[in-house]
Amino acid sequence: MTVVSSSGAARVAFADWGWRYAGRDAWAVRGLDLVVEPGERVAVVGPSGAGKSTVLRAVAAVLADEPDPDDDTAAAVQGSVLVDGADPSAVRGRVGLVMQDPEAHTVMSRIGDDVAFGCENTGVPREETWERVRSALGVVGLDLPLDRSTSRLSGGQRQRLALAGVLAMRPGVLVLDEPCANLDPDGVVQVHDAVRALLDDTGATMLVVEHRIGTWLDLVDRLVLLEPGGGVAADGPPSAVLATHGAALTAAGVWVPGAEPAQGSSRSSAARRADPSARGSSRSGAGGSSPSAAARRAAPSPDRTGGTAPDAPGAASTVRPLGGAAVLLEARDLATSRGGVLGRGTAQRVGSGIDLGVRAGRVLAVTGPNGVGKSTLGLTLAGLLRPAGGTLRATPALAPDAGDQPVRWSSRLLAGRIGTVFQDPAHQFVARTVREELAVGPRALGLDDVDDRVDELLDAFALRHLADVNPFTLSGGEQRRLAIGTVVASRPPVVVLDEPTSGQDRATWQAVVDRLGALADAGTAVVVVTHDRDLVRALDADEVVLAADGARPVVPGPTPTDAGPGLPASTTGAGPALPASTTGAGPGLPGPTTGGSR
Amino acid sequence: MTASTTPADQAGRGAPPVRTERGVRGVQPVASMLGVLALGLCLVLSLDVVSAAVALVLELLLLPLLRIPPRTLLLRTAPVLVAVPLAALSIALYGRPSGREWFDLGFAHVTDGSLALALSTALRVLAVGLPAVALFVRVDPTDLADGLAQLLRLPARFVLGALAAVRMTTLLGEDWRQLSMARRARGVADHGRLRRGASMAFALLVLALRRATTLAVAMESRGFGAPGRRTWARPARFAGPEWAMVAVLVGIGAVSIAVAVVAGTWRA
Repeated sequence: MTVVSSSGAARVAFADWGWRYAGRDAWAVRGLDLVVEPGERVAVVGPSGAGKSTVLRAVAAVLADEPDPDDDTAAAVQGSVLVDGADPSAVRGRVGLVMQDPEAHTVMSRIGDDVAFGCENTGVPREETWERVRSALGVVGLDLPLDRSTSRLSGGQRQRLALAGVLAMRPGVLVLDEPCANLDPDGVVQVHDAVRALLDDTGATMLVVEHRIGTWLDLVDRLVLLEPGGGVAADGPPSAVLATHGAALTAAGVWVPGAEPAQGSSRSSAARRADPSARGSSRSGAGGSSPSAAARRAAPSPDRTGGTAPDAPGAASTVRPLGGAAVLLEARDLATSRGGVLGRGTAQRVGSGIDLGVRAGRVLAVTGPNGVGKSTLGLTLAGLLRPAGGTLRATPALAPDAGDQPVRWSSRLLAGRIGTVFQDPAHQFVARTVREELAVGPRALGLDDVDDRVDELLDAFALRHLADVNPFTLSGGEQRRLAIGTVVASRPPVVVLDEPTSGQDRATWQAVVDRLGALADAGTAVVVVTHDRDLVRALDADEVVLAADGARPVVPGPTPTDAGPGLPASTTGAGPALPASTTGAGPGLPGPTTGGSR
Repeated sequence: MTASTTPADQAGRGAPPVRTERGVRGVQPVASMLGVLALGLCLVLSLDVVSAAVALVLELLLLPLLRIPPRTLLLRTAPVLVAVPLAALSIALYGRPSGREWFDLGFAHVTDGSLALALSTALRVLAVGLPAVALFVRVDPTDLADGLAQLLRLPARFVLGALAAVRMTTLLGEDWRQLSMARRARGVADHGRLRRGASMAFALLVLALRRATTLAVAMESRGFGAPGRRTWARPARFAGPEWAMVAVLVGIGAVSIAVAVVAGTWRA
């Protein structure tokens, strides 16, 4: 056993290395020459399909397939990759890998056991294992009891747990494959700081891949740009590479700090000015001291100050089919809960005191820290979960011919009025090909222009060349586009999306933003549940910040100068506590725009 | 590790975390498993009513020691409670006829013999099923895995793989919920329950495979399956409490056999 015990940073060397996955014709990586000296910290960037993940997995020796030179359909390898001069699979434990999906790579059900897992596998004695576990958890700042369940951790905590598990193995190389792709801004900061502490502690070599590379720029001293089909296109200090290859990086789907994304399609400020009422609650001054009063003020719609407010019918009568501000869905003192369908017993209440209005032609962004029930609110607004309290009412503008409770509508009725894009697109695919998938909605509604709509969408979402492919085999970005397309196909007046941009490279991000902007411009009410600040800004959305006791709108003010996507500089503590959510919205607290949302 | 270690608890830094579970709940599950197996063995030696009844009574007397809320116990034992009357009924109808005949439906006979057999079978299933369920209501799969691997020396690869699989099954419920909501949202949930179920099952399989692949990579990247000796961070002991557990369960079996023999109902 050659693992562990040898300490110090490791050297990684690719020599004319290439890899082809089993069953593929094209090489994922080819002709890669790259040497990372011990202690170097390298960010690897490149367009989708450049094989960034493949490179990282090769270092971690977790490329699944076994190469077989005699079989054309088997995986194939060329050249060599060496960690400290040895084959990576011979030095497992020297390389620590942290991947994108926090949920999927927690191995054990208790925190301490999970961190200890790697030590056990590599034969570390019991005493030393627990010593390492405790100190590793200390380094990543996860100050929780060792027997705490791993299932209740936030995304940021889970990634720090994974880092601790890696740290306990005393790695010579730390390999991070988009560790922050699915995290909220707070989680990104936690992970960033934990990685810095880990590197300070071990001096390990680091290789990191991330779309939003700004997160890591203060920690890396080298930026490597890969080209699809093999080879290194640029290599050098981050500032130099960014200066000389900035455009190429942006084109490659990398989020280059300083190059902020454009606003989605025609979401101009002119469109916003045409509808001054949308930010109604900005008129809420100080005053009001009870939480419910604060929550009430928080509603973005001005016409919902009371159940029988005189202007409520007025609002209903100003229904305009396109571009208007007609309220389609209205939540009053809404409480949400994740219901237990499969015998989970008592439903878990996660949000309460929520007041808001969903308006035609507007984008409503639901933001807030992890765990306050953003997704649950989204699913409730979408008519998929029963409100746990308060009311969610569909106005006659949305449902003139149905009851006013979306959750009671039939599936078909619902699909024609409220479309939902789930966080994981794979959950919502029901057909065998992309073409059939797009046709499902219109067909369920009994429309007769199904084929026309599908053809139109195949082009609009750049899926034409994939029309006959199984949706499950698409890449992440393609799945996301298809998921939105399937919902748009039914042309519902309301569209609810859960984290539509999480984990996307910049190109897909822009495509999503453009589609959503176009939808809103065409009169659709768009609700996005998100922690993506750039998305909120690009869609010029009305923002509602969710807290434990209600929803607060963000009062438009001077936009805080942003240091680029995910740059952690502005945030302070990496503590697991959710800011302000437990202490209450702080009635009359003027600062939701600054602290809570960044 | 180096300077970054916190000064706190220098003494016990290398000690495994002490489990808070004490008493009956702290018993290594492997002991309960062996005990229940032994008890089951004792109870299938005879088919009489007395031995099964004695075992069941003893178990019911000991049950409060486990301090399981009645509701939980009822829920968990529900499958057994449903199965028992069904088994008894079929034996009453179709068991080997003997003694006085009560009914004769042509294909089924209800006789003294078959009724006695039905009763003893019902009691027997309860007597084995009750401890099997009650002792494992609160078992942590991790503890069981530790015991299986360290005490019974089952292969680590198999035990840990199974453990990871058990943990992942909890995610399947959430997946299923998402899948059914998604079907409703897409307008296809009004009809065709069967076909929808099939398509959801397929999607569930795809999701599970995807997750399993990721988990396998995560485990492998942390040295799982590497050659060489594996250590165990958590001690799995088989000491006083464990022996006591086995003794109590075997004792129940022994007492019930003894009573049956004395009463003269023992039929081997």
